[in-house]
Amino acid sequence: MALQSLNVTKRSATTTQPPSVRTAEEPVAKLIDVSKCIGCKACQVACMQWNDLRDEVGTNVGVYDNPSNLTDQSWTVMRFAEYSKPDGDMEWLIRKDGCMHCEDPGCLKACPSPGAIVKYANGIVDFISDNCIGCGYCVAGCPFDVPRISKKDSKAYKCTLCSDRVAVGLEPACVKTCPTGAIQYGAKTDMVLRAEKRVGDLKERGFQKAALYNPAGVGGTHVMYVLQHGDDPERYSGLPSNPSISPWVSVWKGAAKPLASLAIGLAMLGAFFHYVTRGPKDEHAEGESK
Amino acid sequence: MSGPVVMKSGDVPRYAPGERVTHWIVAITFVLLALSGLAFFHPAFWSLTAVLGGGVWSRILHPYVGVVMFVFFGLMALKYWKDNLIQPYDRAWQKRLPDILNNNDHGLPEIDKYNIGQKQLFLAWVVSMVLLLVSGVVMWRDVASFPVPVIRIASVVHAIAAVVMILGFIVHVYSAIFWVRGSMRAMTRGTVTHGWAKHHHPLWYRRVTGGGK
Amino acid sequence: MTNGWVDIKNTDLVLIMGGNAAEAHPCGFKWVTEAMEHRKAKLVVVDPRFTRSAALADYYAPIRVGTDIAFLGGVINWMLANKKIHLDYVKAFTNAPFIIREDFDFADGLFSGYNADKRSYDRTTWAYELGKDGFAKVDETLEDPRCVYQLMKKHFSRYTPEMVQKICGTPKEKFLKVCEYIGSTSTPDKVMTILLCARVDPPLARLAEHPHDGDDPAAAGQHRPAGRRRERAARALQRAGHHRPVRLQRGAAGLPVRPDRGGRLARDVRRQAHAQAPAPGSDELRAELREVAHEPAEGLVRRGGDEGERLPLRLAAQARRRLRRARHLRAHAPGQDERLHLAGVQSARGAAEQDEGRAGDVEAQVPRRDRPAQDGDREFWQDYGDKNPAKPDEIKTEVFRLPASSFAEDSGTFTSSGRVIQWHWAGQDPPGLAKTDREIVAQIFTRVRDLYKKEGGKFPDAITNLTWPYAIATHPSPEELLREISGRALEDVVDPKDKTKVLVQAGQQLAGFGQLQPDGTTACGNWIYSGVWSQAGNLSARRDTADPGGLGNNLTWGYSWPANRRVLYNRANADPKTGKPWDPKRGGIAWNGKAWAGVDVPDIAPALGPDTGAGPFIMTAEGVGRLFALGGMAEGPFPEHYEPFESPIGNNPLHPKVVSNPAARVFKGDMEAFGKADKFPYAATTYRLTEHFHFWTKHSTTAAVVQPAAFVEIDEELAKTKGIANGDQVKVTSSRGAVTAAAVVTKRMKVLECDGKKVHTVGIPIHWGFKGVTKDGYLANNLTPYVGDANSQTPEFKAFLVNIEKA
Repeated sequence: MALQSLNVTKRSATTTQPPSVRTAEEPVAKLIDVSKCIGCKACQVACMQWNDLRDEVGTNVGVYDNPSNLTDQSWTVMRFAEYSKPDGDMEWLIRKDGCMHCEDPGCLKACPSPGAIVKYANGIVDFISDNCIGCGYCVAGCPFDVPRISKKDSKAYKCTLCSDRVAVGLEPACVKTCPTGAIQYGAKTDMVLRAEKRVGDLKERGFQKAALYNPAGVGGTHVMYVLQHGDDPERYSGLPSNPSISPWVSVWKGAAKPLASLAIGLAMLGAFFHYVTRGPKDEHAEGESK
Repeated sequence: MSGPVVMKSGDVPRYAPGERVTHWIVAITFVLLALSGLAFFHPAFWSLTAVLGGGVWSRILHPYVGVVMFVFFGLMALKYWKDNLIQPYDRAWQKRLPDILNNNDHGLPEIDKYNIGQKQLFLAWVVSMVLLLVSGVVMWRDVASFPVPVIRIASVVHAIAAVVMILGFIVHVYSAIFWVRGSMRAMTRGTVTHGWAKHHHPLWYRRVTGGGK
Repeated sequence: MTNGWVDIKNTDLVLIMGGNAAEAHPCGFKWVTEAMEHRKAKLVVVDPRFTRSAALADYYAPIRVGTDIAFLGGVINWMLANKKIHLDYVKAFTNAPFIIREDFDFADGLFSGYNADKRSYDRTTWAYELGKDGFAKVDETLEDPRCVYQLMKKHFSRYTPEMVQKICGTPKEKFLKVCEYIGSTSTPDKVMTILLCARVDPPLARLAEHPHDGDDPAAAGQHRPAGRRRERAARALQRAGHHRPVRLQRGAAGLPVRPDRGGRLARDVRRQAHAQAPAPGSDELRAELREVAHEPAEGLVRRGGDEGERLPLRLAAQARRRLRRARHLRAHAPGQDERLHLAGVQSARGAAEQDEGRAGDVEAQVPRRDRPAQDGDREFWQDYGDKNPAKPDEIKTEVFRLPASSFAEDSGTFTSSGRVIQWHWAGQDPPGLAKTDREIVAQIFTRVRDLYKKEGGKFPDAITNLTWPYAIATHPSPEELLREISGRALEDVVDPKDKTKVLVQAGQQLAGFGQLQPDGTTACGNWIYSGVWSQAGNLSARRDTADPGGLGNNLTWGYSWPANRRVLYNRANADPKTGKPWDPKRGGIAWNGKAWAGVDVPDIAPALGPDTGAGPFIMTAEGVGRLFALGGMAEGPFPEHYEPFESPIGNNPLHPKVVSNPAARVFKGDMEAFGKADKFPYAATTYRLTEHFHFWTKHSTTAAVVQPAAFVEIDEELAKTKGIANGDQVKVTSSRGAVTAAAVVTKRMKVLECDGKKVHTVGIPIHWGFKGVTKDGYLANNLTPYVGDANSQTPEFKAFLVNIEKA
């Protein structure tokens, strides 16, 4: 069940109005300032601890990224990218990856199970695991490759933006723990203002293309980045430049639904009216043919 | 199992017991698949997950049922492959389609075991079935792990193929049960009447009865 | 540190060198990011690796391991040559104008007074020229060729940008760019912070050689360690010993030199005078137990320690002295220690040259007390294959394991690098039969005392008469101990001016070290902690975040030793003549016409106004910071670059005849055993990762998940030469041992050209071992050498030579 104390604005596989009488909720956002992130992974540990997750102890595969990818047990991971600048110097770009909490969430659009994915009025996209059937459509629907299906219970998992904490007025665990203040949380409008200030500072420091990453293709996100190189998000371990819900998903969960339903309905009606107007071909008795 | 067997008396044999069993396995699995699949496809049909025991069971069983259907459908397809090759007389028959729809069957060109509508349906189903299998495996996370973009395409393909199959199913069921009287018993009892056979499939009728009139 | 971490937010420039604050101190590094965001401060990182700190830096310059002094010498030369110094400050607050004896000299890498046989200096010539009045001669114009300023100019003139490039491998233009950043803060309204590793930080370590006598509180209060003088010098000039970043500019409101790792030397050595030189009588267990009574609590209630473990007792300090320090490691040899009580210390993993450190264990009868986590010391005798090849049958050591609680399971104090003593409360009860360090030691003590009472001994009085005033003798509480450390009056303490006025009644807690009496009427465990538990209660438990000055002094949060002073030598932050802060926006204390006052406790007698000429560095006789360290440093009064004993270039371009530190302590036989570049061609260094804390956290699942397995870092070119692909297992060998780990092939490791030779660096994180939930790994200190720094004897773990091959 979704959190009672939060309004729901979108509910997967649901065509009626979800609970939405609370009018004072304000959209929130988590702002990840990449230019302040030291990749200490305290957020990963905080996430594990708050959410009672323990991923496997892996191996070193030649990078600092551990765990090396998001999993059902790792809802956020740091991605380290080494970038060689044309002048020979380098940059070590460290990005905290995880659910972006899209305003227009592809996972929710794809989800077939009513109420397995909800979007609260504050913008948080939450998986209600109880309702999850484990089909993985959310994985296909996500433009950021975030949800992971557990091998243990076949449910989909991802960052909840600590909806349980947020619902009672706390900040997400990663925000709480971030030692350098690289992760901030608050009203989305405030976060955008803060980001603009940070972008200004970065421009003064020579990052002319610094920008806020709040991609319009998914209606904006409730997890945003401040990037030194806003013109090239791909540099940050493949952050999509212009993410949007895939046209395939849009067709599949968009036009296809009414068109197919219509076709099926028309076929049945057609058959029915054919029967009503033309009737059956009578059974032909022995020797009656022609 | 079957073949040009002339019954000593009574009706014309059309489907042997084995064929009928195969057909009904395909039919049952198809219904289960269609209902559970529709449930995943559109929220309006969500309650249909009940037929496989709820959402999670539907997710678990749907692909396995699909494999069963594919296997038995494959047997049927192999068996009826030749019977479903379109012949010149089928085209002539097809030209009379408006008459046929109006139940005006007089003077129809003679056709074999299946008419062109059935043959086209057969072809559509075969194609759909293959697409459903391939796309279904791509989407089946318990056994496969494909890149997300591939899964997205597969999802669309799966949906379209399934809809094609369902539309064909509607035509098939309507024709067999409601429209063309006397057809149903071919799949229940295995036989049709001589009149039915001569009327709808005269070439076939002559083939299996040795040309008798 | 002389100031708090929070104070870093007030800086205009942060130079991280010889350290990696973002990695080792992510929480402290926050204040760097605060300064960058709110003060537009710049961050410059100079490091052999492109570190996590470098990831956020405005500017990064590479450097070869072990050449920091050459780099900083170059910076000093550049600053002096380009007059990028805060001259008013230097004149008034340092010994720059002081004249040095005629016979002081420096030539061919040696200062005057060198004795090659003893590998040490006679330091008599490293002194001021005294006038007839007995005071040091001074030239306020700074023009006398024998004044410190001119000697410095001469000394550092050899460190040209070209020389820096030759030694450090830092491209000249990058070096100059760093100089420009530093030079930009030479105006009175700008300040710089240097974050350096405390690993080799003699100003702090020096304290260890001058422990105050803990037995006499009054003496302790007066006899302050000579090392402080160095620290003041460091403050004045951002000059820090071995690494010696010297800065001819004024420090921040906060002080400039920040060994960013308070753990080892700053905290435990300084605070509790855990001297490396044995305290009188401390070689004997009885004496150690006697000491326990005098200064137990600090050890008992704080976190600290080289390995980050608690150092629960003086006993442990003793063990630590023997085990950690190079010479003590050697001293801890077969037959020398009959019993060894290890608590909160990890000799096997923390010690260089692992195998020998452990070999010493083989013969000794060593009772070992356990720490909460399993570790190398507890397991040293177990055979863990090639990661710890032991033959239990041949080891005669008897090991006793006593389950101990973790710090989180006990109340007590933590003391931060910023000297703030903070009370903490137990988070949970210890599991099973685990006991606190206090209880374990108290139980041992009371039993030993009973035995002495019953059976007597050579000198039973020290044990049987020991003050042991705890309500339950076997369970001293942390509160009792902190009160005892803080100190109380045994008899009424009266005002010396008015004997009828009682300042503190007998039995009351003292307000601070100022009330300590030389006649035995007061008792105090440690003068610098005096006042932490006054009549007002436990001040370390205060949690008021009020910051009235906005500088982050937070006077009502915990208790900052000494005297709750947040910034030491804070008078130096004000103009010598007017007493007004150099930068009014960042003033700590100021002269208000009658007294020094402000949002801190003045580190000068409040009534000593600017007109008195009292210097800010009240701990030196001359009242100023020492750019010229006089005899305070064993290896010379000025910093000088010497190559690591294992040098990839095998040459010292400054003075080829004296390649390595002539005063460093090298053990017999070790000189010959050092690896040479022909067999071990690659420079290597060891370091920590932010995901782990020394060797503790390999027992923590969450830490193991985020950094699961041992690795070494190499550059792409070296990887290509050796056919090593990212993630391959590689074997790293030094003349002492070998480790196997995964290779991280990275652009972050730079190939440098030094003295005409290409230098590759192999980076080796230290955190793995053969016990824990991380993947098993080798102890990195298998590879590292013993070389005692001349001042602190801290081993030279961080610069050595290795070879690397695909495993």
